[in-house]
Amino acid sequence: MKIWAIFKKEMRLYFTSPVAWVVLTIFLFIAGYFFSSIFSFFSQASIQSAMNPAMGRELNVTDSVMRPLFSNISVILLLLMPLVTMRLFAEERRAGTIELLLTFPVRDGAVLAGKYLAALALYAIMIGLTVLYPVIVVYFARLEWGPVLTGYLGLLLMGATFIAVGVFASSLTENQIVAAVTTFGVLLIFWILGWSADYAGGTAGRLLQFLSILEHNDSFSKGVLDTKDILYYVNFTVLALFLTSRSLEARRWKG
Amino acid sequence: MIEVDRLTKNYGLVAAIRDVSFSVSPGQIVGFLGPNGAGKSTTMRILACFMPATSGVARVAGYDVFRQSMEVRRRIGYLPENVPLYTDMRVAPYLDFVAEVKGVGRAERRRRVADVMDRCMVADVQNRLIGKLSKGYRQRVGLAQAIVNDPEVLILDEPTIGLDPKQITEIRSLIKSLAGQHTVILSTHILPEVSMVCGAVIIINNGAIVAQGPIDTLVEQFFPTSRLEVEIVGPPPAVRDQIRAIPGVLSVQDQAPANGAARYTVEAARGRDVRAEIFQLAAQQRWELLELKRVGMTLEEVFIRVVAGEESEEGSAEKSAEKSAGEPAP
Repeated sequence: MKIWAIFKKEMRLYFTSPVAWVVLTIFLFIAGYFFSSIFSFFSQASIQSAMNPAMGRELNVTDSVMRPLFSNISVILLLLMPLVTMRLFAEERRAGTIELLLTFPVRDGAVLAGKYLAALALYAIMIGLTVLYPVIVVYFARLEWGPVLTGYLGLLLMGATFIAVGVFASSLTENQIVAAVTTFGVLLIFWILGWSADYAGGTAGRLLQFLSILEHNDSFSKGVLDTKDILYYVNFTVLALFLTSRSLEARRWKG
Repeated sequence: MIEVDRLTKNYGLVAAIRDVSFSVSPGQIVGFLGPNGAGKSTTMRILACFMPATSGVARVAGYDVFRQSMEVRRRIGYLPENVPLYTDMRVAPYLDFVAEVKGVGRAERRRRVADVMDRCMVADVQNRLIGKLSKGYRQRVGLAQAIVNDPEVLILDEPTIGLDPKQITEIRSLIKSLAGQHTVILSTHILPEVSMVCGAVIIINNGAIVAQGPIDTLVEQFFPTSRLEVEIVGPPPAVRDQIRAIPGVLSVQDQAPANGAARYTVEAARGRDVRAEIFQLAAQQRWELLELKRVGMTLEEVFIRVVAGEESEEGSAEKSAEKSAGEPAP
């Protein structure tokens, strides 16, 4: 399988260079910091609620720890994922290795799939390691696993979209920084669209809210699986990957 | 094995190659010569299916490089000019990756990778990062990846650049050993290399082919005479005239005399050996014959003649346009 060969090569490049290690370390450090501060805030609130039973009714570990954690993680990812995807095509172009890669008997689609899946696998490792946090929570409190699972599904879908956008940006340039900034810019715009939704109101507001890339992640962490949200991420991903394959093909015609 | 017909590639308004046509028969090693920026790399990139031609047809192993690119890519090994390799990979895993992408089966892969590492003399660095290797080693890893799937056709862009003399000899003999089962087209601007390795050459200048054929034929074609160098102690005008009088001698030129002896360059019709007659002449006249040697005309002289000839023929305007265009960066 050619895709598998490309996938293995990309994983090797992630892990023999410092990229994967640095990204994993920084990501886990920041995510861990968020988790510990949210969790200790929650435990303080629990102690206070022991004296105030009315407040205690509002307390829910899934809603008060896991949901904010998921939303914080999505913001870290917004900042970090462009750096994971930026080298996928841009570096091949800069180093000229694309000249060999594109003259190997492998279809552009397989190259794209291998690279995309490798970035997705690294991403899965990143968020997979954060499963430690709900496990810690379970040790102290009763956690509903349903919303946690859908929350992770949401993260996975959202990350798949981030990576697709990043791969597309990387296929357009031979400069990794340009690729990262473009990815970051696109993701950021789709994030802040949601903020204006409140002022806009009406149909425009709903439209802006619908376009917002982080908004769709929220219902997942509430435990809601909405086809609207799933389709949003899937469509976004497919569109970005389609544009990437066009951009690779354009490269072949143009020379 | 390789057929190129009226291939043209334009970069914007500048033509990198114009109406290039040649063919290479199976098992041949062909040298692709030309000054820098002549269009060698452009032609090889088109043959390797890296970029399309503007017009014209190129076929490798019977398949069109544009329409049947996948079939062509299965059958070639390509070494680009600046040897682009993944600097963050180790040698053996890299070669294994290339073999896998080129469709070498899992069982055979280990054997083939070990085999090419031996042949290209990189086995001793197989666990090193490619980025940490010297230029010579990288060049050989590049060659190893080109031959790892035992391709029918090898397209090598400057395969010996950056190697030390010993490595150059080794790589040359490696390339020579590929002749027969493989068809090789290699570009270089080291002319002695071509005479040593290649059976035939294609000389390209300013994007157009100026000469092609087996080296011997080319030399004969461009230098239809044979040349001798003679060093004689004797009165130069007399010596010159007497040698000139020998039948078959076309011209005699004397060079700067040294130590009372003068050197002459004698051109005679090809196939006419006048050495015995010159000796007899010197003996008769009691001139001291110090040296008498045949000068083989080399590819180098052919190259200089065709490339320089082209340049003096072309208008100066066009020449400066070509120069400023050069060979575009990848």
